[in-house]
Amino acid sequence: MTHTANDYYVPHGSYWPIVAAIAMFITVIGAALWINGELNGRLVLFIGLGLVAFMMFGWFGTVIRENLKGVYNDQVDRSFRQGMMWFIFSEAMFFAAFFGALFYARVLSVPWLLGMDSGFSTHEVLWPGFSEAWPTNGPGDVGGEFRPMGPWGLPALNTLLLLSSGVTITLSHWALKAGDRGRSVLWLIVTALLGASFLGLQAYEYIHAYTELDLTLASGIYGSTFFMLTGFHGMHVTIGTVMLIVIALRTAKGHFTADNHFAFEGVAWYWHFVDVVWLGLFIFVYVL
Amino acid sequence: MSMATATHDADHDHGPAKGLKRWITTTNHKDIGTLYLVFALTMFFIGGAMAMVIRAELFQPGMQLVDPQFFNSMITVHALVMIFGAVMPAFTGLANWLIPMMIGAPDMALPRMNNLSFWILPFAFTLLLSTFFMEGGGPAGGWTLYPPLSLQMGEGFPFMIFAIHLAGISSIMGSINVIVTILNMRAPGMTLMKMPLFVWTWLITAYLLIATMPVLAGAVTMLLTDKFAGTSFFNAAGGGDPVMYQHIFWFFGHPEVYILILPAFGIISAIVPTFARKPLFGYSSMVYATTSIAFLSFIVWAHHMFTVGMPVVGELFFMYATMMIAVPTGVKVFNWVSTMWKGAMSFETPMLFAIGFIMMFTIGGFSGLMLAIAPADFQYHDTYFVVAHFHYVLVTGAIYSIMAATYYWLPKWTGKMYDERLGKIHFWVSTLSVNVLFFPQHFLGLAGMPRRIPDYSVQFADWNMVSSIGGFVFGASQLLFLWVVIKTVRGGKKATDRVWEGANGLEWTLSSPPPYHSFSEAPVIK
Repeated sequence: MTHTANDYYVPHGSYWPIVAAIAMFITVIGAALWINGELNGRLVLFIGLGLVAFMMFGWFGTVIRENLKGVYNDQVDRSFRQGMMWFIFSEAMFFAAFFGALFYARVLSVPWLLGMDSGFSTHEVLWPGFSEAWPTNGPGDVGGEFRPMGPWGLPALNTLLLLSSGVTITLSHWALKAGDRGRSVLWLIVTALLGASFLGLQAYEYIHAYTELDLTLASGIYGSTFFMLTGFHGMHVTIGTVMLIVIALRTAKGHFTADNHFAFEGVAWYWHFVDVVWLGLFIFVYVL
Repeated sequence: MSMATATHDADHDHGPAKGLKRWITTTNHKDIGTLYLVFALTMFFIGGAMAMVIRAELFQPGMQLVDPQFFNSMITVHALVMIFGAVMPAFTGLANWLIPMMIGAPDMALPRMNNLSFWILPFAFTLLLSTFFMEGGGPAGGWTLYPPLSLQMGEGFPFMIFAIHLAGISSIMGSINVIVTILNMRAPGMTLMKMPLFVWTWLITAYLLIATMPVLAGAVTMLLTDKFAGTSFFNAAGGGDPVMYQHIFWFFGHPEVYILILPAFGIISAIVPTFARKPLFGYSSMVYATTSIAFLSFIVWAHHMFTVGMPVVGELFFMYATMMIAVPTGVKVFNWVSTMWKGAMSFETPMLFAIGFIMMFTIGGFSGLMLAIAPADFQYHDTYFVVAHFHYVLVTGAIYSIMAATYYWLPKWTGKMYDERLGKIHFWVSTLSVNVLFFPQHFLGLAGMPRRIPDYSVQFADWNMVSSIGGFVFGASQLLFLWVVIKTVRGGKKATDRVWEGANGLEWTLSSPPPYHSFSEAPVIK
């Protein structure tokens, strides 16, 4: 059979998927044991996470080597791109669940506890003394007194950092497309540094919340939504920053050409997605 | 046209690896499809065994065999296993086997991820079933895991939550693969509106899965942090609301029930034209109806919670939106019947199951319409009427379509014919017993018997006994199905390439069994 541009490509078999499945299995067993307070839970969790990291090195390494050998065709490239887009869509829906919880609490459950509409008798009978609108830790004062996080200090600065990082990664992309590898790497490093600074400031903000504002994960619905939303977002920024570092190294090694750099673009999309989620957070968690 | 192989790295692959390695490392859509189907069948019997425990306990009033806690975990895990372990993997297995063959592709778009999506599942369900052996036992708060009840589970709780996370990751990856395969791997000339309806319904199903499985992941994550990290999402004292969980859950849960039925519509739309020897009536209206059902599925979730306490505007909105689903569903049933109208019909086993599907799924659809009426639902809610309703759409709907698909495509997959006589016996015994099993549950529900209860008032005794007898016969008749499949695989008569004289579609142009890589070169689409 002669190879033409219309040939299909099917990758050969691989042990990495089964390694991935086992790694995930061990990770969640470790996490569950840890949650249950078993002594070895944390150890099992870290073994699992180590295996996940090993698997990622191995699997992505295989794909990178195959790509550099030039065995992937345009159709494979399109599959990767579409796959990444749908993955990001699924991530967006994950955040949607938590935003949904935030909106439900702010628009419905807290006003109902305050006696709005059909919540009238709930309020009168169960929580007659409750008068605290958002931000609140509920009529049971769960988690004790706290002060909410204001938007115009660190969070505003963090917004600035992330928005700038969206610009710098685009500059890097332009440089790559113009064939200027050095400048591309430089802008990638700047982007990763902006991401890392964001994380540093957020860690500082969390310490500030816990030590000075008495705002914790257990501070009623405000603390729950605040920390779960910003926490999952921070986790995604962490993953994104690691991805940026990998891409910077790969760009420096010359893995990408001006017209063939799916991995770069996939990371850039992901980074923009994380950026957009932050804008939603900044508006609905901090400002409003 | 050469049918050798698709390009494999730089060299040529010469077929599957040997032994166990083949199944562990495979990137082949047929191997992975087979794994999914075998897994689904295994889980079908595990979930079925739990159903037998339930029906045995309900055979007579009073406590018979198991303690109430174990009974509750039986109904909970029966549902989780059947939904996430049997029906969904079976449909994914069918998607793997059929979609590349139907659109003229060599394989799925992302074959290694395909392998991972399957291999997560055995681990996820090991995790779920292992909770039975932990302190506090398996999950017993119902498959919907409503807090605060579900939070009272013992040590198994985080294991169950993570099992759901893993199964969700598997579904999302499987769905990404299906969508990308359909959008990117079609043979030249296979335009969207030329695709078989099974491909269309799976395209939309996969979209629903990617949109809703992450929402379920979010909901169960909130359960986990509410139990262990002190959050107050579902705690009114902290400003949250247990009802909020129900909203988030059913935002996933309602599209999920269409995930469980849309591929079935695709299967029936493939089988009915073959045995009526006429093209499908109203192809494009089928596509639009499927799309409408998918859209509506996102705006009807609260009809599962009419009695929970919602503003009356909400009750009305969700009631009318739900009733609208009857319109596109009616279009589908009308089209199947019109396809059969004046057709040269023959009644081989796949067609019997397809017609059984149309009849009994419609019964389930009608009882669904009854439940959609909010004031009436206040009476039916949480009774056996609901149990009867969703078993008509899931057992005689989803499961029947999977049986139909198995009989229809098994000769293509294995190259051998199944035993037609045994197939027909399987159909008739199943169909008679399944109605004895579930139809009386309508009466029980209307008379007021609550669901998820191990004991009941003596007035319900007669119909429960009838239902249990039907259940035992139905359960036993599935062993016949297992036997038919094993017998076919081990050596039936040789099947022809087209298998059915009325069959149309690319998969029938391949040999039976098809080559390891379906289409190494793109076929020509008329």
